Amino acid sequence: MTAPAVAAAVADAHRREWAFVLAATVRVTRDLDLAEECVQDAYARALSTWDSSGIPRNVGAWLTTAARNRALDLLRRKQTARRALPLLIAEAEIDTADSATQVDIPDDRLRLIFTCCHPALAQPAQVALTLRLLCGLTTDEVARAFLVTTPTMAARITRAKKKIAQARIPYRVPPADELPARIDAVADVVHLLFTTGHTAPTGEVLVRADLVERSLDLARMLHALLPDDATVAALLSLILFGSARMAARVDADGRLVPLPEQDRGRWDKQAIEDGNSLARKAFRAQPTRRYPLLAAIAAVHVRAPGRDATNWREIIALYDLLMRAWPSPVVALNRAVAIGEADGATAGLCALDELAADPRLAGYHYLPMARAEMLWRLGRFDEARLAYQEAALLTENSVEREFIAAKLDRFTE
Amino acid sequence: MAEYLLLLNVTDDEASAVNPERSKEHAEFAQQHGAALRGGNRLRPADTATSVRRNDAGEPVVTDGPFYETKEVLAGYYLVEAADLDEAIAIAKDVPCGAGGGIEVRPIWPMNE
Repeated sequence: MTAPAVAAAVADAHRREWAFVLAATVRVTRDLDLAEECVQDAYARALSTWDSSGIPRNVGAWLTTAARNRALDLLRRKQTARRALPLLIAEAEIDTADSATQVDIPDDRLRLIFTCCHPALAQPAQVALTLRLLCGLTTDEVARAFLVTTPTMAARITRAKKKIAQARIPYRVPPADELPARIDAVADVVHLLFTTGHTAPTGEVLVRADLVERSLDLARMLHALLPDDATVAALLSLILFGSARMAARVDADGRLVPLPEQDRGRWDKQAIEDGNSLARKAFRAQPTRRYPLLAAIAAVHVRAPGRDATNWREIIALYDLLMRAWPSPVVALNRAVAIGEADGATAGLCALDELAADPRLAGYHYLPMARAEMLWRLGRFDEARLAYQEAALLTENSVEREFIAAKLDRFTE
Repeated sequence: MAEYLLLLNVTDDEASAVNPERSKEHAEFAQQHGAALRGGNRLRPADTATSVRRNDAGEPVVTDGPFYETKEVLAGYYLVEAADLDEAIAIAKDVPCGAGGGIEVRPIWPMNE
């Protein structure tokens, strides 16, 4: 086995198996830090032994066994310093020492993600823990993904782990009556990763493909583990739609291309098809819940061959349902834009102006952006220019700012 | 098992007067969660509070009023035993506290840890 082949296999296993291996190791250690240490050790061992022993057939099982053996070794030899934190709380069914030798390794990834996305943790901490523990990113990588310094991110992760142990957030899948709300919380974290990657809130590039890919991996994992859940199916559908269009969203020069002008030939057709079938399934199962509605709206957009051919009535009806399921000013804003498309710019502007007083939208650049578009179409150019200028000031993403600057150029022509 | 302190934070109105309806709810709560309850009581309104603060020299200074001036006031507490945070949260959700109020769930830090 050549060294590059082994390195590639280990890198691939890191991407595919990290969550599984870590989740199974936490069962043995009941301590997140110790489990991470043992899993890192197992990957290092793979790198040094696979070139002579060959790449094992089941790399996940190999890595899990290596990590668990290491953990048992450390626990037996009591080499771990006196524990700083109490052990994680898990149900009695989880026996520690014996389970490491079992042939069938239980899949604990759901326990791990429900623990990371527990509502008693602040959402930035949930996101950081998910990237670190489920995706295996280093603290440095997580810090870069959210544009904070490494010490800040390290402190955030340490504090969250401490709370899990000290407040005794249990390492388990919640019972059926709590499951829908808890799945929503997990979906929110994965969706946030996706939206942060899809349109980076700040910075020089529009799309952060690494975050979109991580969110897609997580959504696929959740769908594999919870195949009948409508929220999870809808979440995967939304991310598939977004990633299918990723290549078409920026042109060769890195400039933003809005949906109606995108070259649909550059969309990933298989991903769109999969997204459509998941969106349909989710909406049929749960037509009044947030994620199935979001996926249904995205599906209407994707199905239409262009802006004029979009069924805006259907979109408004879906937004009405969404406002009931999940009232939010951003949903109201999108609904107002759809009204502008269906009933004309005057009606759209009227709907937008109703939202202008909402303090939660102050500073949100899509509001002046939407107003500018309507005003432009109405021929109210002076007001449109002011609104574009306001949007340009508010966005912190330079690709979006250039997109707005190009719109402003129309006024000087 | 672990212990959690549930701190009842309620609106000023709620804290200032005896509400027979609420008292009944607390009796029902205590009955429902009797097995988990390790203690608890209500507090007289915040305008009866006295704070003993330390000044910069470390000397105690007695002042009128609660330690924190907040919109909600601390009106009582329950000490409960629970297997984990989820169980403690489930109990906290049943604590009567009136609209606009809320419960802070704090794990007890055992002296031997």
